[in-house]
Amino acid sequence: MSAAAPARYPVPWKLLLPALMLFIAVVLIPLAMTIMLSFHKWGQYTGIEPVFILENWREIWSDSYFHEMFLRTFRIAVAATLLTAICGAPEAYILNRMRAPWKGIFLLIILGPLLISVVARTLGWALLFGGQNGIANKALMSIGLIDTPIPFMFTETGVIIALAHVMMPFMVLSVWAALQRVDPQIENAAMSLGAGPLTIIRRIILPQIMPGILSGGIIVFSLCASAFATPAIIGGRRLKVAATLAYDEFLNTLNWPLGAAVAVLLLMAIVLIVVSSNALIERRYAEAFR
Amino acid sequence: MAFLALDHVNKRFGDHIAVEDFTLSVKKGEFISLLGPSGCGKTTTLQMIAGFVDPTAGSIHLEGRDLLSTKPAQRGLGIVFQSYALFPHMTASENIAFGLEMRGIARAEREGKVRDALAMVGLDGYGDRYPRRMSGGQQQRVALARALVIKPDVLLLDEPLSNLDAKLREDMQIELRQIQRNLGTTTVLVTHDQTEAMALSDRIVVMSKGRIEQIGTPQETYERPASAFVSQFLGKTNEFPAEIRLSDGAQKLIFGSCEWQAPAGPSGPVTVTVRPEKVGFASPKSDSLKGRVVSRIFQGNHWLFQCETECGPAIVVRQNNGEPQPEEGETVSLIWRKDDMGLRRAGESR
Amino acid sequence: MSKNGPVALIFHTLFVIFMLAPIVVVCLVAFTPEGFLSLPVNGFSLRWFRAIASYPEFINAFWVSLWLGAASSLIALFFAIPAALAIARYQFPGRDALSALFLSPLMIPHVVLGIAFLRFFTQAGIGGTFTALIIAHVILVFPFALRLTLAAATGMNRSVEMAAISLGAGSWTLFRRVTLPLILPGVVSGWALAFIQSFDEVTMTIFLAAPGTETLPVRMFLYVQDNIDPLVTSVSACVIAITMAALILLDRIYGLDRVLAGHSDRSR
Repeated sequence: MSAAAPARYPVPWKLLLPALMLFIAVVLIPLAMTIMLSFHKWGQYTGIEPVFILENWREIWSDSYFHEMFLRTFRIAVAATLLTAICGAPEAYILNRMRAPWKGIFLLIILGPLLISVVARTLGWALLFGGQNGIANKALMSIGLIDTPIPFMFTETGVIIALAHVMMPFMVLSVWAALQRVDPQIENAAMSLGAGPLTIIRRIILPQIMPGILSGGIIVFSLCASAFATPAIIGGRRLKVAATLAYDEFLNTLNWPLGAAVAVLLLMAIVLIVVSSNALIERRYAEAFR
Repeated sequence: MAFLALDHVNKRFGDHIAVEDFTLSVKKGEFISLLGPSGCGKTTTLQMIAGFVDPTAGSIHLEGRDLLSTKPAQRGLGIVFQSYALFPHMTASENIAFGLEMRGIARAEREGKVRDALAMVGLDGYGDRYPRRMSGGQQQRVALARALVIKPDVLLLDEPLSNLDAKLREDMQIELRQIQRNLGTTTVLVTHDQTEAMALSDRIVVMSKGRIEQIGTPQETYERPASAFVSQFLGKTNEFPAEIRLSDGAQKLIFGSCEWQAPAGPSGPVTVTVRPEKVGFASPKSDSLKGRVVSRIFQGNHWLFQCETECGPAIVVRQNNGEPQPEEGETVSLIWRKDDMGLRRAGESR
Repeated sequence: MSKNGPVALIFHTLFVIFMLAPIVVVCLVAFTPEGFLSLPVNGFSLRWFRAIASYPEFINAFWVSLWLGAASSLIALFFAIPAALAIARYQFPGRDALSALFLSPLMIPHVVLGIAFLRFFTQAGIGGTFTALIIAHVILVFPFALRLTLAAATGMNRSVEMAAISLGAGSWTLFRRVTLPLILPGVVSGWALAFIQSFDEVTMTIFLAAPGTETLPVRMFLYVQDNIDPLVTSVSACVIAITMAALILLDRIYGLDRVLAGHSDRSR
């Protein structure tokens, strides 16, 4: 009965109130204001008029430019997420099998970039991709993998690769965490029953780390779909995604209501996707992995 | 007059009754153990005395003053926790000094008291060590010193020895008892270990499922258990189904092929209880329990026999005093003195 | 522990090259002696590091970032510590909803946060000020400060606090002398992780920064938008070096795996 919570402490509201007030004042109210803003009217000469209209939403709904842009945003996000899963999950597994000093060193090398400025990392890709004679193309051609340079800069391919690099640590971390819960003896058990290495990975390891891959995938997807700096630098001015478009509307065109509508739509889409896939994963894996 | 008095104390967590109708009065200087399996409510009772849990009903008084209306920080009780709960960022001395500091005692006086407390628990010279650099036994001593240095009215011990290995636990039991005798501090110990409770306490409160089963001295609870639970929890015991009925004009206790003189009381089914070490082997006689030795285990200073008798399985413990003992498979007769036997009416084994 | 086969090691090598290539390239180009973007094939030079000194925008932006990160992380802790203690210790109705709210800045895209704050601060009349930046960054880093403090508070042995109470400690003494020292490693790491987040953030900040309150990543981003030259690589190299130093420090205090574990549960 030692788990019985001591009751003689001050009420938690006293501890919670400062943070709660802060969040109501500086998160909930601004978000509500942004939603309101998306219904306001904007004119080239009149600026923002505080009226309630559906014009911005109708424009996004009917203009194929916005359809294409949102489609591109999610296409890039899905591709980058798949790339991180395909590379990050095996790497986490390999990492987990390494011996003591190397394990820590490589974990640091792979996870460390997470904390390095996105601008600096994306700049690195811009240098690697840079034009027809970028370092990446030179290297790929010299090992005979390709004959002609691939255009990376200002293309979706380039944005996807750079985004996958930026988000990779999240995937490795998520799968790594799942691997820590796997009984280290389980592979030996499978081996003793006659399973080969590939069978062990496919039948024993993969099912156990699947929740990690999926939850890592959700994180990576939501970050990719709302990414700003990487698509802006690698994609350039023409390859617009939701975040860069909203930025343009706000700071170049100055059509705040339209920008707010794009942002609110992006937020709603991401929240919807994240919440529903979380729920799906939890339902699917709730019993097996408590 | 009671020094520490718990009066009809109840504690519920939602639907779960943790402690029910707990009434106990502790005399000054007494060493009381709350004994029972985990979940019996003993720790909750201790936490209610300490003030970390509020009773749902009932009252707790210390020297006549109401303890429940006193904040935990002002109750002036010394507590030793199961995990010791030493402050890991303070040295042993700083740990011990903490309570004195809270009482506003001047530094110079504090230092003296801390030194004395360390000496009392046999840790002179360990004052500057941090808890993580001490063994379990040493941490235990620091925790004890920290609780005692504030001269508490009551010392509360929550399974203090359960994290020590067997040998160290025995040494600490002796030491704890000595320190407690010397200081005369009223002490309440919570434990699930009946040998520990018997070794240390003046009185034992046996608890089960939130209720008090029996309060008594170690001998009383062992020799005359008030319930089946107590007799089973305090060491091994043999139980045989029996019946009291009128035979040849006299009340007889009948079990197996035995017919013994029954004590006064109504007829009906009863249970005979007898401790294994009180049972002896005898040559076959008419008034003894017939059986066969199933296994014989040598345990150094004694032998442990498992027998199959006409009234079911029985355990017999015999001193290894050099006398010949029955072999496995041998037919034996079990016998014991009538005074060593307990009788329990059927259905009264709560 | 079983060893990796040759295929696995080749994959691992390629993976590590992939992860390090862009960072290494930035650091190498920063040392070029040429006046254009190129690898330092003809010897190393510090000319582009010296060149930073003649661009006060970068120096200013660096100081803005430094103060912003330090101040907002500290302020966030003042709000996060009590909240973390409450969430770690009490079961109360709405507890899950409240933690979800407090962690929501992780889930809301930074571009949305930027827009919401821009609108809010403009309406409030403090658009483009350093104060506005601090408030925005307090929200931004709050989840990181909360997570690590929460982990420390949850992992703490409660009976240590009960011991202090039984010895007569009042609630403030209890916090100052026992609770805070015990959760301090978590608090310090929370501050450091929060600082790094604030120091690196560009997407939200770019909406809020005005000339004079531009942070280093914002300045770098705007510079890269115009043109990429060796100067911005040398600035980036400095940022990478600073982050590495902070990373190693963090690893020493608290263990990087624990810090990053607080980083990963973004979707919850």
